[in-house]
Amino acid sequence: MGEQEEKKSAKKEKIPRQKMAEQEPKERIKNFQEVPYGFTPEQAMLEASRCLKCKKPKCVDGCPVNINIPEFISLIEQGKFIEAAWKIKEQNALPSICGRVCPQEEQCEKLCVLGKKQKPVSIGYLERFVADYERASGKIQLPKIRPKTGKKVAIVGSGPAGLTAAGELIKLGHDVTIYEALHLPGGVLVYGIPEFRLPKAIVQAEVEYLKALGVKLEVDVVVGKTITVDELFEQGVDAMFIGTGAGLPQFMDIPGEELNGVYSANEFLTRNNLMKAFKFPEYDTPILRGKKVATIGGGNVAMDSARTALRLGAEKSYIVYRRSRAEMPARIDEIEHAEQEGIEFHLLTLPLEIYPNEQGYVKAMKCQRMQLGEPDESGRRRPVPIPGSEFIMDVDIVIVAIGNRPNPLIPQTTPGLQTQKWGGVIADEATGKTSREHIYAGGDIVTGAATVILAMGAGKKAAYAIHKELTGEDLSASLPKGENKQE
Amino acid sequence: MPSKIISNEKIAPEIFKIVLVAPQIAKKHRAGQFIILRVGERGERIPLTVVEKDPQAGTITLIYQVVGKTTMWLSDKKAGEELQDLVGPLGNPTEIENFGNAVAIGGGVGCACVYPIAKALKEAGNHLTIIWGARTKEHLLLEKEIAEISDRLEICTDDGSKGTHGFVSEVLKRMIEQKEKIDYVIAVGPVPMMRAIVELTRGPGIRTVVSLNSIMVDGTGMCGSCRVLVGGERKFACVDGPEFDGHKVDFKNMMTRLRVYKEFEDLAKEKYQEERGR
Repeated sequence: MGEQEEKKSAKKEKIPRQKMAEQEPKERIKNFQEVPYGFTPEQAMLEASRCLKCKKPKCVDGCPVNINIPEFISLIEQGKFIEAAWKIKEQNALPSICGRVCPQEEQCEKLCVLGKKQKPVSIGYLERFVADYERASGKIQLPKIRPKTGKKVAIVGSGPAGLTAAGELIKLGHDVTIYEALHLPGGVLVYGIPEFRLPKAIVQAEVEYLKALGVKLEVDVVVGKTITVDELFEQGVDAMFIGTGAGLPQFMDIPGEELNGVYSANEFLTRNNLMKAFKFPEYDTPILRGKKVATIGGGNVAMDSARTALRLGAEKSYIVYRRSRAEMPARIDEIEHAEQEGIEFHLLTLPLEIYPNEQGYVKAMKCQRMQLGEPDESGRRRPVPIPGSEFIMDVDIVIVAIGNRPNPLIPQTTPGLQTQKWGGVIADEATGKTSREHIYAGGDIVTGAATVILAMGAGKKAAYAIHKELTGEDLSASLPKGENKQE
Repeated sequence: MPSKIISNEKIAPEIFKIVLVAPQIAKKHRAGQFIILRVGERGERIPLTVVEKDPQAGTITLIYQVVGKTTMWLSDKKAGEELQDLVGPLGNPTEIENFGNAVAIGGGVGCACVYPIAKALKEAGNHLTIIWGARTKEHLLLEKEIAEISDRLEICTDDGSKGTHGFVSEVLKRMIEQKEKIDYVIAVGPVPMMRAIVELTRGPGIRTVVSLNSIMVDGTGMCGSCRVLVGGERKFACVDGPEFDGHKVDFKNMMTRLRVYKEFEDLAKEKYQEERGR
């Protein structure tokens, strides 16, 4: 840290990092509404004033989509909230989503210079604030679209990678169509992430924004089945981006996983989020409501599942995780929210078997206590069973949230598209280019289950690579600043 | 995307035939594949087998039995109205080849699933025996169509109102006992029927394929709701099936999983019937 910034850091110490007001845990476990209310304008300006305005901002280095963070924060400080939102949108088409689900503590905020002495600027909460402010104001600004190139690009999957790629390519003048297998666009943002963490109206608004830019959307189309990749090319598509995600749930391979009441996290969350099973019988899709629910896993998806179970009326909702809290991949915010709501954490605990009642529904789960041994290939200490530590847990629903493999539909139906042994599509990290000409891929289908923002970063890189292939213009070095105009 | 209804009529007690506009599905569908539909905004997603397609007209035909709310709601839809969503074709097509002597067995509404497969088997050159079962003669489906494609046709009814008095499995049992040459069996129907069939063919080692109608949500491998145990391994009916080697399927588990939402289904149906009555 430079000397000058060090001084500023000392001077600004008086203003604490602002916190968003939240629904009380006791109340929120009875509903599916969003937990934080967001900043007030005053809070946002106060928080923005904490920024040191570093000459060489480290935070930007931590952002997978290269948002000009100090500039948008400076606009907030001046009370120019809408301008701040537009500044973000130059680089990121989905700020109200990223402001909510990005792991900022691992990215921009981790590198914030202020964070060395005190708490970093809450960049994520500020991003969320201005994006919401813009949406509420109705002054949604459409960026300038380049003249039509006449090139057709197909985007397969409308999750974060696909939406981002579509947003970039439409601005560059290409004809863009997104194909979505489900009946609603958004991918994991809609079927996976619960309403209380990411309201579906927000995802809908972001999709509407893309449509307003000219992106075409076709739902209920399973590429690989309804139409194959090769058929799309025969129909005149010039290039394609595949962002079909990690949609194939993994199970533990322990006895009893086929019992009634054992869900993959994908199924549990899809029934609830996409199909609105929490509103049964107003909505038709059912979901089992347990009294004692065990969610296996330590990631964000596990937290989402355990907190959803609580909102569906569980008396007890447990997280069962084989390592310790330090190794949990979930965001700190999510773990804290789960704890506040009364989720019980059974750490260093490994499920061994699930037992049925007479009707074939879950009755109990046998677990074993673990202790941490030597670090494994992931660098985390390997959990080792403690002999003789088996015990029975009384549960009636088990949710398996231990990860997903890439969805196989496109690799299976696209000759020449090379995949890794574990099923992921092989794609160049910098461009998303696959083994097939004109086909690019990014997001979880390439990396395995990761984060929304990494998928968005991959979508953006691939969009520029596609643009380069179609027009010869290289944007990868200088990301476009996108002159804005008021519509 | 939404799909327009061309016609929707009752063809047997509680059984309906619906013709839908679906050009892309009509073009791509192959025997054994299914679709997923949603009747309306708040509806659930249900899988149904495609019975016939007309790529020229751009239409597909489904046959369904009114069991719960969704199928009852579907049966109330009129020609000219639209279904909220229709997606497909999903699942793997049946592996069709000239096996020699093929036996296609349908029970109840499962006959709707068997018919296109039987037709494809016939077209591939098989000597085709069809064993067709229903509760009564009124419940028999697609009789004219199967008469046209079968080399030999055995009709069974539970009440004896037409053909053999008894189950389809009894006809197959007789064929096996009489040492008739059977190279391939496809059976679709209620789980107990499929289970009875595979037990008969297991001893003589006759290749037997069954099509499983598991509970599904997305139908693309994403949720795992449709998982079944096949040879002790977990398979997803939507992307690994819907057809499996019948000798390896754990039907007991399948049966249990099909009942998982029974209470909910009854409640939803009751509520819909009340609304409908008003």
